[in-house]
Amino acid sequence: MESWRRHPLVFWAMGLPGIFWLIVFFLVPLGFVWLMSFGEKRGIVDIAITGTLENYLRAFDPVYLGILFKTVRISLIVTLLCIVIGYPVAYVIAFSPPKVRTWLLLAIMLPFWINMLIRTYALIAVFRTRGYVNFTLEWLYGLLRLDALFGPFQPLPMLYNEFAVIFGIVYVFLPFAVLPMYAAIERLDRSLLEAAADLGASRFHTFLTITLPLTRSGIASAVLLVFIPALGSFLIPELLGGPNAYMIGNVIAAQFKKANDWPFGAALSFLLMYATFAILAVRPLLVRRAAKGEGAR
Amino acid sequence: MHASAREDAPRAVVSLRGIRRRFGRVTAVDGIDLDIREGEFFALLGPSGCGKTTLLRIIAGLERPDAGRIFIDGADMTTTAPNHRPVNMVFQSYALFPHMTVAENVAYGLRLEGLARAVIAERVREALALVRLEGLEDRRPDALSGGQRQRVALARALVKRPRVLLLDEPLSALDARLREEMRLELSALQMRLGLTFVLVTHDQDEALSMADRIAVMRNGRIEQLDEPEGLYERPRNRFVAEFIGKINFFDSILEEVDEEGLRVVLPGVGPLSLPVRCLVTERKAADLALGDALTLAIRPEKIRISRAGDHADADSDLFGGQDKADVRLTGRIAEWAYYGGISHMIVEATLPQSGEVRRISVVFQNAAKETVEAFDIGDAVVLSWPASAMIVLTS
Ligand SMILES: Nc1ncnc2c1ncn2[C@@H]1O[C@H](COP(=O)(O)OP(=O)(O)O)[C@@H](O)[C@H]1O
Ligand SMILES: [Mg+2]
Repeated sequence: MESWRRHPLVFWAMGLPGIFWLIVFFLVPLGFVWLMSFGEKRGIVDIAITGTLENYLRAFDPVYLGILFKTVRISLIVTLLCIVIGYPVAYVIAFSPPKVRTWLLLAIMLPFWINMLIRTYALIAVFRTRGYVNFTLEWLYGLLRLDALFGPFQPLPMLYNEFAVIFGIVYVFLPFAVLPMYAAIERLDRSLLEAAADLGASRFHTFLTITLPLTRSGIASAVLLVFIPALGSFLIPELLGGPNAYMIGNVIAAQFKKANDWPFGAALSFLLMYATFAILAVRPLLVRRAAKGEGAR
Repeated sequence: MHASAREDAPRAVVSLRGIRRRFGRVTAVDGIDLDIREGEFFALLGPSGCGKTTLLRIIAGLERPDAGRIFIDGADMTTTAPNHRPVNMVFQSYALFPHMTVAENVAYGLRLEGLARAVIAERVREALALVRLEGLEDRRPDALSGGQRQRVALARALVKRPRVLLLDEPLSALDARLREEMRLELSALQMRLGLTFVLVTHDQDEALSMADRIAVMRNGRIEQLDEPEGLYERPRNRFVAEFIGKINFFDSILEEVDEEGLRVVLPGVGPLSLPVRCLVTERKAADLALGDALTLAIRPEKIRISRAGDHADADSDLFGGQDKADVRLTGRIAEWAYYGGISHMIVEATLPQSGEVRRISVVFQNAAKETVEAFDIGDAVVLSWPASAMIVLTS
């Protein structure tokens, strides 16, 4: 652990390329963007750094606040869904026999091997008016002769709305929720569950008082791993959401492209980043509560 | 082991009938019939991997047997879930809930019974007092020593007032001194509460010193079930004889047998007459045929060791004046381990007729300081013992 103290040269030689990379390609550009957020647009490409706070103030315009609020709402719903769907999945994987477990984990990670753009387009094929879901529904509708009762089949509007965006983000981020929760459940000492049963607890009670409190740190990790990227997502709402389902990421992207207002985009970006930091600061609290646990109360 | 309990025996709290459990190709428990009596301290003793834990878990309901039935208080509980069985377990790893305090751990099982808060608090206090853990109520398990954790695990199980307390190697994680202390404490606790204890251990000293009855297991079967003294003095086969304490074996051949006793030939030593009580196996004297190969065995502490020369003629007073030193071997001390109270020696003895050299284990009571100091490695000594001190095992 402490060996780098004894071999500082090796330490620096190993660390330097990474540090260099971080500074040149991350921190420096970030600094530029940060400066830009205090600037004014002077023509199509000219930006003057004037130290104005105008860009930040503009962010509090009700239009943007509304989008920000919607972004947080969608991200919260997505996170909740990922936890609620992901926990049972993680639980089943963690409790399956080792051989099956390997395959299930592989299945969870399989989507990582396919580009997100392609997966998102695949979702469009599933959800659009003449997509697989509506096609199947129409077939069932005809099969059950519901058209006699309710008139001809109306395709469900499943694309270009909030539903599609939420579904899309959940679909993409679910593995990020499953993996940390799986790790936490897998680490859980099985003899604790047996001890609870031995002391008279039903399976459900054991779950509530032992499993859940002791895997809370995994849930906390999953929440952060889903919520933070969800806040910044723009590709999925861009492809699956209509103008009504725009998230803050789309607004920021638009400033750098269509609207060509880099200073404002920079300010919005930093606001989002500060918000993320604030959430990260909450994490130790979450984890500490998990460690202390309240299951016994 | 015979399935039916003796008439005068207290009734069985736990009865196992034909219990069998396999894990893949391994048969962990291979057809066990067992009655554990009300209020006894029962031990399952055997080498690692012989199926002790599996059997205990089957009683607790944490493991389902593939075959056989379990009765607790006469009720068939073979398929009853662990949370509905009136038994509680102290896990080998203690399995304390890390996110709960000591008091919450102990209260866990009581909360589930829906008792009033005040009642729970009182019983938790009682249980913690019983294991002498007052004042640590609000500690978390990770802030406790190994011994304290063990006591919490004990209190957590005892507070449920189980019909049977199951203990899986409860002392194995403690250091030697604490282990000794806890042994006495567990025994005292069991006597005071009058509760039935079933202890799993691989440590013969632990089983011998604490248990009322011991089942010695090997490969998923019970080799012998007896009281400690019975196991030690009348082991039924070589495995039990060797597992419990140290012992010296001699192969021999049966020459004559009647109601009085048996006459055997100890190769290299000569003929010996033994009373019939030395025959401790299930096979009765009547089943034996002349020429049968037998194993004679003698415990190291039953061998008298003396310096060559000053031994000569003291036979009569050696063994309470009753037994003669029927076997007499000369040899040299090859190894000597000094334990304070006793010394354990390996003597390389020469068999008088064949001249063969045998290593014989001898335990010497360090009664007088002078005699201990009188012996040294390489010394010529005489080993002697009466034939009646030996036991006869059939192969
Ligand atoms: N859950 C299990 N899965 C596979 N094999 C097991 C399992 N539990 C026990 N065994 C095997 O059964 C045998 C008996 O184990 P155990 O009852 O733990 O022995 P002991 O407690 O006497 O050391 C061992 O060979 C062990 O490897
Ligand atoms: Mg074991």
